[in-house]
Amino acid sequence: MESEGGQAARILSEIDTLKGKRSDIDNRISALEAQLGDLNIEKNNGSCPSISTGGFGHGLSPDMIYRYSRHLLLPTFGVEGQSNLLKSSILVVGAGGLGSPALLYLAACGVGKLGIVDHDVVELNNMHRQVIHTEAYIGQPKAKSAAGTCRSINSTIQIVEHQEALRTSNALDILSQIAVSITANFVRYDIIVDATDNAPSRYMISDCCVVLGKPLVSGAALGLEGQLTVYNHNGAPCYRCLFPTPPPTTACQRCADSGVLGVVPGIIGCLQALEAIKIATAVGEPLSGRMLLFDAFSARIRIVQSILHIFKSFFKVKIRGRSLQCEVCGEHSAFTQQQFKDFDYEKFTQSPLLVAPVKLNLLIEDYRIHSRELKEKIVKGEAHVLVDVRPAHHFKIVSLPNALNIPLSSLEFRLAEISSALKEEEKRKGIGFDSSASLYVICRRGNDSQRAVQLLHKVGFTSARDIIGGLEAWAVDVDPNIPTY
Amino acid sequence: MQLTLEFGGGLELLCDSVKIHNVNVSLKNEVDKLTMKDLLVWVRTNLIKERPEMFMKGDNVRPGVLVLVNDCDWELSGQLDTTLEDKDVVVFISTLHGG
Repeated sequence: MESEGGQAARILSEIDTLKGKRSDIDNRISALEAQLGDLNIEKNNGSCPSISTGGFGHGLSPDMIYRYSRHLLLPTFGVEGQSNLLKSSILVVGAGGLGSPALLYLAACGVGKLGIVDHDVVELNNMHRQVIHTEAYIGQPKAKSAAGTCRSINSTIQIVEHQEALRTSNALDILSQIAVSITANFVRYDIIVDATDNAPSRYMISDCCVVLGKPLVSGAALGLEGQLTVYNHNGAPCYRCLFPTPPPTTACQRCADSGVLGVVPGIIGCLQALEAIKIATAVGEPLSGRMLLFDAFSARIRIVQSILHIFKSFFKVKIRGRSLQCEVCGEHSAFTQQQFKDFDYEKFTQSPLLVAPVKLNLLIEDYRIHSRELKEKIVKGEAHVLVDVRPAHHFKIVSLPNALNIPLSSLEFRLAEISSALKEEEKRKGIGFDSSASLYVICRRGNDSQRAVQLLHKVGFTSARDIIGGLEAWAVDVDPNIPTY
Repeated sequence: MQLTLEFGGGLELLCDSVKIHNVNVSLKNEVDKLTMKDLLVWVRTNLIKERPEMFMKGDNVRPGVLVLVNDCDWELSGQLDTTLEDKDVVVFISTLHGG
């Protein structure tokens, strides 16, 4: 006999399989429809052989003319811009919040060859900003999902999936393939778009672009702010010219910790697509040697000289030129492909290339408790106080019953609240002078709770213990109904 | 001397989450000129409420902070030696890595 749990698992797995099949079928249908469209146009033109065989002198087929007609109608862009775009190749590193809109527009606008690098899988908490992915692809590789959407938007361009993390060992090969067999180097991508989410990747991609001489469109977003610039193009600085020394790891906030309003990376990603298109077509003035800072929160409008009024909520600032002393692109630098391959970006920035939550281990075992053990104590009626040290807005998302919220940042000023809570609990449980209520501390993942326990021990709360793994562990080991975020 | 100081990219969290500060920085005497070096010390003393190491390293800003004086990278105006004038706007922005 199959248990209810087993049956549910079987149903869920079948739903997953069917969803996967459905998205594959959807992709196939869109590809076939596009193919059919091509055939119809060719057939129609077949009745008028003088035009279809002669061409129009610019390499654009009738289907291309129709698809990209609104580009062709732009006097500053026109046939030349579109032809350049169709001949260009662009690599987008990261199919997340920035990469999603960038890829959508780059696929739609007719970039000849579009590469996507991502090692990650689609998760439900990505969907609010990573708009290229659909629910059917949850659990599947982002590169595959993004490529599927791009193909369904434009089946006439070449889309290449790189389902791997960019590393020093594969970056040179992915960015430019060396063709040993035939003639010289076969350049894979003309323009690189950095849509990653961590400091070591940003240094690595910039250095790789310098070594290979490729322009880099770099965007970043966090919270309600975004930044954008073009590196290593038209004499513009590289990332290292601007930031020769990596920031301390504590200064590198992640969207998974600090949050991000979905539309903000969306805007920066769109601007990245725009800059890549401008470089590919040689149309307009690229944002090289300048940086765009976007503050979505501020309703204040700041107008900087020479800035267009329609862009008045953006600040466009002037940044330094290429640094002659730069260790990578400077006058006397000889940063080679081999040096690039050997460079340890994780050590340099003291943070991992693949972003994963930090797991601290600050306390001795006696000062820690597993969530399951605590649950047993609570069930037995042990006198205790549970302090939740997450920020108040986290506490509002979900909290354990009877938890007292004192954010870590204000803990040292609110110790009296803990003392009185302990006394009250002792009174409630009728505990005498010989024993006292226990003090437990919880946070989201079990890092801040350890910092809090360190502080509490220092000021005399010697019974304080931290709940290993925080609320996330509680959700796994004790109560699966606790939502994770 | 009236100055407008702005903090962004998360640096505002170090000064009570306030992004824009209109401040009056007094000079020791009329002859002295206020430089960015002086201003950094003034900011650390008067505006930074927590984790000063997230703003400064030694007598400079910490790595990863862009400084703009009147919308120009301070590297172009002399970095720490940049002299400030009344009503100047100084922006401190931490570079972002998220996406």
